[in-house]
Amino acid sequence: MEKIILKDIPNLDNIDVYISNSGYSALKKVLTSLKPEEVTEEVKKSGLRGRGGACFYTGVKWTFMPKGNDKPKFLCCNGDESEPGSFKDREIFEKNPHQFIEGALIAAYAMGIGKIYVYIRGEYWKWINIMEECVADAYKKGFIGKNILGSDFSVDMYVHKGAGAYICGEESSLMNSLEGKRGYPRVKPPFPASFGVWGNPTTINNIETLANVPEIINKGAEWFSKIGNPKHPGTLLFGVSGHVNKPGVYELPTGTPLMTIINDYCGGVTNGKQIKMVIPGGSSMPPLTREEAEKALMDNENLREFNTFIGTAGIIVMNEDTDIVDVIRRISKFYYHESCGQCTPCREGTGWMLKVLDRICKGEGKKNDIDLLVSVAENIEGNTICALGDAAAWPVKWTIKKFRNEFEKKIKDDKSKLPVLNKVHGLRKSEEYNLIDEDELTVTKNLFGKVQENINNPDVKRFSS
Amino acid sequence: MEVKQNYIPAFDENELKQVQLHISKYPKPMAAVMPVLWMIQDKYGWISIEAMKYTGDLLGLPYDHVLGVATFYTMYFKKPMGKHHLQVCTNVSCMLRGGYEIYNHISDKLGIKNKEVTADGMFSIEEVECLGSCATAPMLQVNNREFYENLTTQSIDKLIDDLRKTV
Ligand SMILES: Cc1cc2nc3c(=O)[nH]c(=O)nc-3n(C[C@H](O)[C@H](O)[C@H](O)COP(=O)(O)O)c2cc1C
Ligand code: SF4
Ligand code: FES
Repeated sequence: MEKIILKDIPNLDNIDVYISNSGYSALKKVLTSLKPEEVTEEVKKSGLRGRGGACFYTGVKWTFMPKGNDKPKFLCCNGDESEPGSFKDREIFEKNPHQFIEGALIAAYAMGIGKIYVYIRGEYWKWINIMEECVADAYKKGFIGKNILGSDFSVDMYVHKGAGAYICGEESSLMNSLEGKRGYPRVKPPFPASFGVWGNPTTINNIETLANVPEIINKGAEWFSKIGNPKHPGTLLFGVSGHVNKPGVYELPTGTPLMTIINDYCGGVTNGKQIKMVIPGGSSMPPLTREEAEKALMDNENLREFNTFIGTAGIIVMNEDTDIVDVIRRISKFYYHESCGQCTPCREGTGWMLKVLDRICKGEGKKNDIDLLVSVAENIEGNTICALGDAAAWPVKWTIKKFRNEFEKKIKDDKSKLPVLNKVHGLRKSEEYNLIDEDELTVTKNLFGKVQENINNPDVKRFSS
Repeated sequence: MEVKQNYIPAFDENELKQVQLHISKYPKPMAAVMPVLWMIQDKYGWISIEAMKYTGDLLGLPYDHVLGVATFYTMYFKKPMGKHHLQVCTNVSCMLRGGYEIYNHISDKLGIKNKEVTADGMFSIEEVECLGSCATAPMLQVNNREFYENLTTQSIDKLIDDLRKTV
């Protein structure tokens, strides 16, 4: 199968190698022969859908941007990639960074954008360095900057380094973070296309989404739309982790059977065990049971049949020895940790779910705890500013729906009958089940103490609007 | 990583140029707050309240804004960490492959708990969320930089010995 992004060409991260493999030819093509609207139209026709999780139609999103140049326009490339189980954008930074850059430049041309920011999670130190070099190389060759390739199109591109916050992957939080604020998601509307970064029209696209664009321009929308499932065309970078023999990133057409990915590409489940549960698209997506996994085709449309979505295509495989409740507890801990705290249902609800799951894991679960969890989850879902609330609720709610007996087994008091569980599961030995990080609290109190002092000191600058 | 326990924040001429460069990338100077906090942390190892004030002065921002930003993001250290800060991922994919075993092994071996520093200031440990390296789990990151992947308790022992030797 031909690959669109992770091509088998060595050293493609080198700009000269990229150019000699017809790199930046799509950019040349759009600058010399296509009007911006025609580029958007081509992307629309291709049926390309966002790879950042929500699967929105990319071409359609681009048409939301206002025409004309009344205000500066911005493109934010989302490389925050913090969803547990996702590690595909990193592969693009490493293996084919220029194709992403070229895609971003074409997108900027299509929407009349003058500034591109590439937001990369701070932990990706190594890949941030790679991207900074690549952007500098592209400037040197005249692909970025003023009057690109002699045209009257000019654009600047900057890499912005995050500092450890999953929520900054959410598009409006990303924009606040970029502006130098806390990464609080914004209430929508207004939507980014009308009021984005610094109040200007903005489009946010995932790295993988943009990396698909040059090939769509080169080979045509029709070619792209015929790959994989026509309703969700193209390839996906499946990041497979957990209990498989060869975990890694595999680029395959949408609609590829999950078992083909696990058995043919990942060498099957470790130690020849059976599958118990598979998360198909990063930790926030509802899981699949073994029976469902055996039937599942990996694209957004087909997965709906099992009440789940493709998300970021991060597949997490768990074998028959896995303690599902423990896994959900860990996932809940993540969302509790990452909630930005703006909305009560998310801030409080994630903590409650974790507390209840903690006591179930400790063997102190109560009979109605399972229903309590579902109730908390359902009260978070749909009642928050951003989708992190849903992301926290879904795994809990759907795992209980699909694996209720696992929870019941753990709550029944005869613990002796529980199978010996995978010994690698567990907890931090210290501070077991400690919800509040005392240490962090002391540091924060300390800092606020100092701020209090400053407030009383007339020489110190303080609150302004 | 160099960790200064106490310091008076001050950038030299080159660093101030760097700050100007960061400011020039964005329509408003406030956006340079994250890059400048990174510069502080790279230079001194952590971000003190004085450093937050200094950042505020450089960018013309109220101090409470800088404090708000510095405390929102987990990668900014608000107290000095060890010279080698070990950030162990225990999220799902790592957990399934022994992330907690790695965490507990390090914690026992060094006798420190989450975000504590060893008495000699050499090491600190932190339980972190998914670092986007799930296929090579379990893994850890050192000082927000280098990834160490496919860890075993043996490879951890060696890593700690090697780090101890680096000056
Ligand atoms: C809590 C949360 C975290 C997200 N994290 C990411 C992320 O790390 N990377 C990403 O591309 N999109 C992420 N998204 C989705 C973005 O909000 C946005 O939909 C996406 O970047 C748009 O790009 P696309 O249309 O190309 O997919 C996240 C959404 C939410 C609600
Ligand atoms: S849903 Fe959660 S993360 Fe999103 S804005 Fe509300 S509190 Fe913040
Ligand atoms: S779960 Fe540990 S790196 Fe992703």
